[in-house]
Amino acid sequence: MEAPQLFTRQTKAIAVARRSLLVIESIPGIRYDEIVDVQLGTGELRTGQVIEVGKETTVVQVFGGVSEVDLLKSKVIYKGETLKLPVSPDILGRIFDGSGNPIDGGPPVIAESYLDINGIPANPSSRIPPAEFIETGISAIDGLNVLVRGQKLPIFSGSGLPHNKIAAQILRQASLRGKSEEFAIVFGAIGVSYDDAAYFIDNLEQTGALSRAVAFINTASSPVIERLSTPRLALTAAEYLAWEQDKHVLVILTDITNYCDALRELAAMRGEIPSRRGYPGYMYTDLASLYERAGRISGREGSVTILPILTMPDDDITHPIADLTGYITEGQIVLSRALERKRIYPPIDVFLSLSRMMKEGIGEGNTREDHNNVFMQSYAMYAEGNYLREISTVIGSEALSDRDKTYLEVSDRFEQEFISQGESERRSVEETLEIAWNLFSVLPVEDLKLIQQQYIDRYLPKRG
Amino acid sequence: MGKIWRISGPVIIAEKMRGSQVYEVVDVGDDRLTGEIIGLEGDKAVIQVYEDTAGLRVGEPVTGTGEILMVDLGPGMVGNIYDGVQRSLVTMQEDIGDFILRGTRTFALDRDKKWRFTPSVKSGDTVGEGDIIGSVPETGLIEHKIMVPIGVEGKILEIHEGDFTIEEPVAVIEHDGTRRELTMVQRWPARKPRIYKRRFDPVDLLVTGTRIIDYLFPLALGGKAAIPGGFGTGKTVNLQQMARWSQTHLNIYVGCGERGNEMADVLHSFKQLKDPATGRMLQEKEIFIANTSNMPVVAREISIFIGITMAEYFRDMGYDVLLVADSTSRWAEAMREIGSRLEETPGEEGFPTYLGSRLSSFYERSGRVECVGNPSRMGSATVIGSVSPPGADFSEPVTQATLRIVDALYSLDVALANKRHFPTINWLQSYSLYADSVDKWWNKISNEYSDVRNETLATLQKEAELEEIVRLVGPEALPEDDKLLLLVARMIREDFLMQSAFHPVDTYTEPKRNHTMIRAIMKFYEISRDMVDSGTLVSDISALKLKQRISRMKDIPHDEFDAYVANLMSDMEQSSVHEEEGGDN
Repeated sequence: MEAPQLFTRQTKAIAVARRSLLVIESIPGIRYDEIVDVQLGTGELRTGQVIEVGKETTVVQVFGGVSEVDLLKSKVIYKGETLKLPVSPDILGRIFDGSGNPIDGGPPVIAESYLDINGIPANPSSRIPPAEFIETGISAIDGLNVLVRGQKLPIFSGSGLPHNKIAAQILRQASLRGKSEEFAIVFGAIGVSYDDAAYFIDNLEQTGALSRAVAFINTASSPVIERLSTPRLALTAAEYLAWEQDKHVLVILTDITNYCDALRELAAMRGEIPSRRGYPGYMYTDLASLYERAGRISGREGSVTILPILTMPDDDITHPIADLTGYITEGQIVLSRALERKRIYPPIDVFLSLSRMMKEGIGEGNTREDHNNVFMQSYAMYAEGNYLREISTVIGSEALSDRDKTYLEVSDRFEQEFISQGESERRSVEETLEIAWNLFSVLPVEDLKLIQQQYIDRYLPKRG
Repeated sequence: MGKIWRISGPVIIAEKMRGSQVYEVVDVGDDRLTGEIIGLEGDKAVIQVYEDTAGLRVGEPVTGTGEILMVDLGPGMVGNIYDGVQRSLVTMQEDIGDFILRGTRTFALDRDKKWRFTPSVKSGDTVGEGDIIGSVPETGLIEHKIMVPIGVEGKILEIHEGDFTIEEPVAVIEHDGTRRELTMVQRWPARKPRIYKRRFDPVDLLVTGTRIIDYLFPLALGGKAAIPGGFGTGKTVNLQQMARWSQTHLNIYVGCGERGNEMADVLHSFKQLKDPATGRMLQEKEIFIANTSNMPVVAREISIFIGITMAEYFRDMGYDVLLVADSTSRWAEAMREIGSRLEETPGEEGFPTYLGSRLSSFYERSGRVECVGNPSRMGSATVIGSVSPPGADFSEPVTQATLRIVDALYSLDVALANKRHFPTINWLQSYSLYADSVDKWWNKISNEYSDVRNETLATLQKEAELEEIVRLVGPEALPEDDKLLLLVARMIREDFLMQSAFHPVDTYTEPKRNHTMIRAIMKFYEISRDMVDSGTLVSDISALKLKQRISRMKDIPHDEFDAYVANLMSDMEQSSVHEEEGGDN
């Protein structure tokens, strides 16, 4: 990656090389947090970062480790810069690595400007609450866990669950209702397998979406440190497209679990005091510095919507990665292994899933007037069915009343007809709501407590 | 002037700092970032910096301000939005745009705005510390009392009515031959509690409008409460609800390390919502402190103390103030981060060993007090803090340390959230030590309060026990009176405890209506118990129109409510008479 070089200085005075750290003699002018090059005796260059600077000594963390570093010939070259991304409208359609170098065979980007990859926090007073409905065409999302522009909504998955398929389906189908405008897509692959990264790129290519997408790829075999810079590069590109180019941007980051593991690995090398499960105590703040870059800003046309994907180790939602993410993001889409076993696609667990921005994004003017009522009633119905299913495994379904049997049946149908859909099936929000109303028509009408009478009159199919 | 000697994250060490004091505010580096000295050793000072330190260099200047971190107190705070170190985000937006740049300075209070000052004392009067000398209509809801600063007394030489900026003198006093000009602004160190005459037990209900809180686990003015809950349990919505509807004079909302979009939502909604008691815009009785999770960590630590200092200041005017802090866990994490940079010996889970004492130094600043100065007056500051336990595990250090301090607990339950039962306050785990002391207050609404409350709690408790049995034998195997209890408990949960924050009527329930609603459900229990005794099946009771009418009670507009319930109650009386007649036959 090319950045303007203001001045270059170097030192050979390396006092200590241990684990991934170098302690060097300080040079006046070195900045805290800056990026340096470490040149080995062989001429090989490695990247490092200044993690502590003092009057006499400076500590540099070397990405890629200190193997083969010697104290005589190796040198540290200062650039006086923190990591920056060159941006211009031409980044669309391009693929970069985790340091921002093109890997699609194309020429380097001719920069309009260089942006600090850490971004600058938005003034809370300048933000506007996200409220515009994004139609994904997936009933479990559009009906029950609505995504809105400027939201950060992660997918909590587990190994072997189809999170990539769902994310790709959202990328293909996401649209703003009634508007022809399409999303710009930013894709950040963090430590994923080559196949997973290729799956997304192919998907974008096949649908012709690549020309409005920009990808940053750090595969499992790429340097660990770049797992930390990859999402930041992606989000810097997204912010540029949204705030400078007035685009609505959808950012997919996968897999946050690899990001957090990289964070832990590097923190451990620095000898920091670990918190839960060895992850650093500042992981909440660090994750927030990524996720919080989603949003809308008053007076600007664009928006940044983030869909991070993470795989929960052992499907454990209380694992620090999922837990801290859930505390920062505006809800979560949780995938369920039980539904996957029933061959339901998408296997979205609607009880554990949640969209905190939902109330803003639905109703008249956004989706349809009855949306909130349908949403509440669907939950109540499905919850009742699940509760009864649990009981019936103990006492047998014969012991249930007729009403209870109806609920059991309808909640099975809810899974089969409402949650389940095809990988390329794109349902409008009206179709989604219709499916729910069809299921409601099986229930006693006095059980539709959560729906206003006028909507019952208008939308409930008449019984034949 | 000192120089930067070492930089490690948000903590720096500066040399040549002899003459500085601990907690003194300093300007750090060429960009003049704000920092605070947290330790001194020889000529070196350990400084925590309230802004991002990336790019700082050794040798950049560090200048002391000679002052410890002060809060500016005066007209212009209400309706304002501050960051963690009391910079006005509104002013910052006007001055530098939509993003927060380092080293930006803004005044906490508008220096140019003229306020209408009306004196309440006259020349020749002798005044002492805390005495009210006049007032300014700051918003339609807050009459800002101008008080003599603590430590100042004397005889009024002159005092003027008229329009003044906060820096122009409104009065001159003389003490021991020295003259002193009084302006409308005063400053107070954020970490130091403001003084009061006497402390009193909290006995008056703080009306929050949330039914389960006001009725089952009431909070008193001047009390302290905590809301722990895993993610997705609605902590923030609960706190927002309290900051919106609480019947206090002023509310302070401290967003500490939380979501930017949520903060935006709070800010926007408060510009549109009206206070139910006065019909004025809510913004006229709110102060916001917004230090979102991507803003500098160190500022989280001080933001809470800035908030509570403001609360005490308005308390001292004789107001009832509520401060909500979301989230104290992020605050504790900030302490942990600084502690680890200072290489302090960590306590449990890496948190500093002084976690408990720091938490109590915040919560203990709540209280109902007799204020210093004349005229004599009472004021209160109530504090509610949310806690975000990792993995919703309440055994973690921040939750446990908080539980030892607070007197009311609203325990949020993930299982309820998954069932979409909101608010997710668990009725079996929550408690309030104020329940007995606000009893008198409630008796003014209805002398049945204690009985109905106890019966409600007992019914819910019994339901939990029966649920265990149902899981083994199924609901059909229960005797009819137990089935009825389950039915009524369900009504209590769905028709009373569940409350929608987003429904225009349901979002706020005033105490009388609150009592009437639960009373109606208990009345239903009473008559249906008689019906069960005389042989009616619970499945038939469950189909009664009366039951449906009770469930619609929540959404009935306020002006129709009394008539609706009166009707409902008399129909219930009728049906019970009916039933008795039926039984006689």
